[in-house]
Amino acid sequence: MSVAVELRACAFTHADGTRALLPTDLAIRPGETLAVLGPSGCGKTTLLRLIAGLAFPDPPGRVLFESRDVTSLPIERRNVGMVFQSYALFPNLDVAGNVGYGLRLRNVPKAERDARVARWLAMMRIPELAHRRVDQLSGGQRQRVALARALAVEPAVLLLDEPLTALDAKLREELRVELAGLLRDLGITSVFVTHDQAEAMALGDRVAVMRAGKVEQLGAPEDIYRRPATRFVAEFVGVLNVLAGEVRDGTLHLPGGSLPANGLAPGPALAGARPEQLRFDPEGTLTGRVRAAFFLGDRVRVVIEGAAANPITVETTGAAPRPGEVVRLSAAPPAPWPLPDA
Amino acid sequence: MTRHRGAVFAAGLAFTALVAAFLVIPVILSVLAGITANYQRGIIASGVTLLWVERVLQLYAHTIGLSLGIALAALLCTLVLGVPVAYALARHSGRLARLAEEALVMPVAIPGIATGLALILAWGAVGEFRTHWSFILVGHVLFTLPFMVRSTLAVMLAVNLPTLEEAARSLGAGFFARFRTVVLPNAAPGILAGSLMVVTLSLGEFNMTLLLHTPFTMTLPVGLADSYASMRLEIGSAYTLIFLILLVPLLVALQWASDRAFGLEVRR
Repeated sequence: MSVAVELRACAFTHADGTRALLPTDLAIRPGETLAVLGPSGCGKTTLLRLIAGLAFPDPPGRVLFESRDVTSLPIERRNVGMVFQSYALFPNLDVAGNVGYGLRLRNVPKAERDARVARWLAMMRIPELAHRRVDQLSGGQRQRVALARALAVEPAVLLLDEPLTALDAKLREELRVELAGLLRDLGITSVFVTHDQAEAMALGDRVAVMRAGKVEQLGAPEDIYRRPATRFVAEFVGVLNVLAGEVRDGTLHLPGGSLPANGLAPGPALAGARPEQLRFDPEGTLTGRVRAAFFLGDRVRVVIEGAAANPITVETTGAAPRPGEVVRLSAAPPAPWPLPDA
Repeated sequence: MTRHRGAVFAAGLAFTALVAAFLVIPVILSVLAGITANYQRGIIASGVTLLWVERVLQLYAHTIGLSLGIALAALLCTLVLGVPVAYALARHSGRLARLAEEALVMPVAIPGIATGLALILAWGAVGEFRTHWSFILVGHVLFTLPFMVRSTLAVMLAVNLPTLEEAARSLGAGFFARFRTVVLPNAAPGILAGSLMVVTLSLGEFNMTLLLHTPFTMTLPVGLADSYASMRLEIGSAYTLIFLILLVPLLVALQWASDRAFGLEVRR
């Protein structure tokens, strides 16, 4: 039984008068994983705390769980599971004690409690850690315990605050895959906050990109990436090539040549293209000089000057040109696409 | 190389031993005087006796009882007052909270005599209070409360209590449930260290108590001063012995508790 979560006109103002969140409407579908992505200070954690019941929206904002108004309920009565950035495991309890904490508060009989704790530890693949003290756990183990603790109470909604940030890169990658599988299997409505766009893309069914207390765009990862609604989204998510030029006769004219206008309106034009939407092509109509090339393992990232007003980035899996070489480029549709001004 | 290091170690050890001796020998001499039959003739010539200890117990038993009573009462008061104050300070990080923290340390920074005087000025004329033992208790609570608050607060901040509480709340814990299951257990090492500190300081407090006491409310350290001033040396020394017997186990426990709260246990 997955629960829909809805925010209606939720704003939040700090005691000192600063506005952390502008009035926001947001509907999260039952069973969906929503990634809230944005730079620090954009209001994404505030949004999460409003859903959690750790903060309350300015009137007349409302928070609804499955059309039930929970606006005035504090977190302890909302039945949400929360995973904190620091994990916030209780140092005075062992792993089993942490996972069973919520069940103990709900007066679940000991035998059943033990069985449920064991089941969650098995699901997180850490059954051998049941009687370990939490300060003896590694970062990844803590993360699993925090997740098991939040899920053991069978919450209506799972909320995760930068759940992978505290881990090193390799482990983060591993747990990201695992977490994505787990959330999908459980079908629990979940919201997680991150500043890492790769994480948001990989984990979110939909991504809400936030900036300065406002949701700039809400959509599937692919939409966000390929059809950014604002300039900020286009720049924050992935690498963006800004192509500023003029459209004449169905062609976008740039300092280093031209590209097909691809439906851009005639006159001065601001267009965007992702690195993989541009390719090296001997027949290409856009020319530039290679400034630098970075080997990334599975591909090479090449920075090119002179093609557009600013350096542009192209990624290729084939043989990469060397710095100083002059190269020709062509664009793969839908690039170049119109870039929002603001 | 090894030999050089051996020499450095030996020098360090010798120096440490010297400092320790400098600190401890006067105390040992005093303790020995307390069990010497006649100090003028020396312990070897006159022999060992418990007579003086017995005499102190006859004359000053009430001061020992009163000191223990006040120390325990001070402990109770600082627990009831100090733990909630530390909890409030841990949860609020504003300027007002820091100001309150500073204000709490005032009685420690001001000489005990001055605090004693201030108390007499404020309460001296209030009925029986001046001659009641609880008058001294007020002074001791003023003096020891900051130690309880600081020690408890330090541990609360070290375990990041506010976030732990949010975690407990997310799992359904109301205020009393989380105070019992999260706040107290995780602050316990700090509360224990603070408690031992309070009892130790209260037992040994002299400056302020000298001013606050009356002949009927004489604490152990004040009695000690009284005995040195008015009795033979052996009695004062035997008194010191009794004081140390009370205090040393407390000091050892305090060291252990502080290590547990702040040192040995590695925290994130």
